[in-house]
Amino acid sequence: MKVGLFIPCYIDQFYPQVGIATLQLLEKAGCEVSFPMNQTCCGQPMANSGFAALSKGCDQNFVDNFSGFEYIVAPSGSCVLHIKEHLHGADEEKVNYIRSHIYELTEFLVDVLQLENLEANFPHKVGLHISCHGQRGLHLSSMSELMEPAFSKPEKLLGMVKGLELTKPKRPDECCGFGGTFCVFEEAVSVKMGKDRIAEHAANDVAFITAADTSCLMHLEGILKRNNSTTKTIHIAEILNSSIA
Amino acid sequence: MKLQTHAAAASTFIADEPRTDWHDETLWFVRSKRDKAAHGIAEWEALREWASKIKEHTLSNLDNYLIEFEEKAKANGVTVHWAANGAEHNQIVFDIIRKNNIQKIVKSKSMLTEECGLNEYLHVKGIETVDTDLGERIVQFRNEMPSHIVLPAIHLKKEDVSETFHRHLGTEKGNNDPQYLTEAARQHLRSKFIEAGLAITGVNFAIAETGGFVVCTNEGNADMGAHAAPIHIACMGFEKIIPKAEHLAVFLRLLARSATGQPITTYSSHFSKPGAGQQMHIVIVDNGRSKQLGRTDFRNSLKCIRCAACFNTCPVYRRSGGHSYHTAVSGPIGSILNPNLDMKANADLPFASTLCGSCSNVCPVKIDIHQQLWKWRQVIVSEGYVSAGKKIGMKGMAFVLSKPALYRFSGKAVRSFMSLFPFLFRTKKLNPWYRQRQMPEAPKQSFTDWYKQNKKA
Amino acid sequence: MNARAQILNTISANKPALADLPAISLQQVTNYDDVFAKFKATLESIGGQVLELDDINELQLLINEEKNAGHYVLTAINGVNDELNNAQDAITLEPVHKAFIKASIGVAENGAVWIKESQMINRLLPFICQHLVVVLEKEKIVSTMHHAYQQLDVFEEGFGVFIAGPSKTADIEQSLVIGAHGARSMTVYILN
Repeated sequence: MKVGLFIPCYIDQFYPQVGIATLQLLEKAGCEVSFPMNQTCCGQPMANSGFAALSKGCDQNFVDNFSGFEYIVAPSGSCVLHIKEHLHGADEEKVNYIRSHIYELTEFLVDVLQLENLEANFPHKVGLHISCHGQRGLHLSSMSELMEPAFSKPEKLLGMVKGLELTKPKRPDECCGFGGTFCVFEEAVSVKMGKDRIAEHAANDVAFITAADTSCLMHLEGILKRNNSTTKTIHIAEILNSSIA
Repeated sequence: MKLQTHAAAASTFIADEPRTDWHDETLWFVRSKRDKAAHGIAEWEALREWASKIKEHTLSNLDNYLIEFEEKAKANGVTVHWAANGAEHNQIVFDIIRKNNIQKIVKSKSMLTEECGLNEYLHVKGIETVDTDLGERIVQFRNEMPSHIVLPAIHLKKEDVSETFHRHLGTEKGNNDPQYLTEAARQHLRSKFIEAGLAITGVNFAIAETGGFVVCTNEGNADMGAHAAPIHIACMGFEKIIPKAEHLAVFLRLLARSATGQPITTYSSHFSKPGAGQQMHIVIVDNGRSKQLGRTDFRNSLKCIRCAACFNTCPVYRRSGGHSYHTAVSGPIGSILNPNLDMKANADLPFASTLCGSCSNVCPVKIDIHQQLWKWRQVIVSEGYVSAGKKIGMKGMAFVLSKPALYRFSGKAVRSFMSLFPFLFRTKKLNPWYRQRQMPEAPKQSFTDWYKQNKKA
Repeated sequence: MNARAQILNTISANKPALADLPAISLQQVTNYDDVFAKFKATLESIGGQVLELDDINELQLLINEEKNAGHYVLTAINGVNDELNNAQDAITLEPVHKAFIKASIGVAENGAVWIKESQMINRLLPFICQHLVVVLEKEKIVSTMHHAYQQLDVFEEGFGVFIAGPSKTADIEQSLVIGAHGARSMTVYILN
């Protein structure tokens, strides 16, 4: 299976280990992974700030890099959702193809590769943070507001990891407060939301908080470190890829 | 007076962290009551779909339904008035009051009248206007706006209410018992109902096929006012219309469960004809609604039945309070309605959100609130209601992100700067991120660098 | 152009393409096996009281008991009478202690009863009394609001109301207080 690997800009620059874990995980699962070298960004930071009209160059670059892949996979629910809903370009056929062939990592592993087991070992207590765009936008797991049967693609995968003790916060799917530029323009609310999420995980005495979106983790990590917490954040790809105790 | 932006007002609100926690937990509790009620109805999601489709159909035939409604209401002996905007609405109401030589009126909850600023208008004209919903009476005494469209005094603690009632009703100082305070309000307002020459109510649903309308309350204040007074004025935004009486089943099953988790409000009063010896008036108001109807991306905001489920679930609203939104209808729904009324004054509201999407999921009529918030951001920016600094920054970002080599160079430059000159980023004044969060570490290699080194053939 | 014309013209110009109404059938909604049990449980959970009555004449005994205790009691159950008509105003009715009114239908899913104007005789009565007593025939209880609206013509008279329990408020720090502006208590006698 040929996969085009899409590594979001801030993961590329600040959290390369998440990209490395994603690539290794996909290769272990038998995929032939290509990384288009000239990719930059999905355009979400501009679009969510109201500047979607400026993203033509960025969008075209995305189309140029990812046309021709039957599967495009990214370790980020919000970036994948953005491409699915807001990618535009001169060649409509190419754009529509990309929009319907892009996957967030956990949904790819569960729905396309249909993984039933993983050679993964992570003997720690881990709190699960549900990232909003992946959940409510890509339906990676059931939503607490809707009357629907319970399911979760991230949890299914984490259930295959040896030694892992998974906990959930009291409010299962409340937003962490990152929200893109919201994190600086509404700094007070953003941080308060992050602190509240952390407090719920702290009540479960977790060693790690994991999520499928690094943006949430970057925000929570910033608060944890400022408060000298021993709790660490880790992207789900790194847990699923881990074989070290 | 320059209004504070949501961000500034929220910052002040959050400064009192224990109070913010209390406000947040109180509203989350209302959200959980809603969840429990929804779980009790097997056909809950079907109900939402029906309600959404009924409202969408109604908006697509709205003019005909309004004409039908007016015709039927008139045949029932009701006088129907039309107001293009808030000022006209207030004038119409005042004209009825003046024509009948009335000095004292009572009012039950109507967010429309808040939108039109009716209370202040009548106050200036010397009319005693008493809000009879308990929460509204409390904020009226305090000279505040309601902070929530269903729970007007949700931002107040019982100590605040006790102090207010002590000052205005002479209740015992320091007696915070809600039962005691409610009893005091009951006695006080009971005499107001009896004295009033006119009662104003809102309208929850107006039925085109019969010309009748429904008013829902738990307290019974709308009925006490409307049946005691010789004149009843019902004020409605024109989007309150639904086609048939049988559709009320769908909406009445959804409204209270979504709002407070109750299966139904205590009273669902169905009015169609004036009572014996009574005058009944309906004022149909536009005030920007017809303009919103013409906005393809935003017209579905007119489906709203004012349940406030979106408020209760919104993590931003719970931690900033209704007053931070500087409008009559705050919360997520307000953020997609208000920019239509005044884009400049309300340009900040669609940005008071992380776009988490919880609001759209709890909305009983399936308004795509979080999608509309995103779309309003595009409109606000294209209309120019954004700071020059932000515009320049975004243009720069768009340029860099469209040029791969420049992107890689900039990324490396930023990381290098962060490593070499960390103090540049560690200033709380210039870097809002840094106020309460550590910066992320700046790795030596980007993922692309690693890939080139390790994987590229 | 007057406001009416302006508003209707703008709506006509701005409305979207005609969309269909949804098809809703009673088969798609909840149908309770024991509507009485559900009605009783629901009304009691929202502050109402449900008692059973075998004979409507027992009601007169209850009314007499109240009157003997010196309470100002009005009954609308036997139609317009010397004591109760639709011209009585708020000042006259304010002191009413207890009112007895017959309802047409009860709704199991929410404990509400439907009372139309001709049943209450005076529109203020169900709201202004301190305590409300309602009589409802057992076979008139239905499962949901859909069933109720199917059986009722809610606008056949000038006024009607669904009442579900005593008046209440939680406006003071979300503490539930029974007895706001309407009745402080509601008792439903189910007639077997």
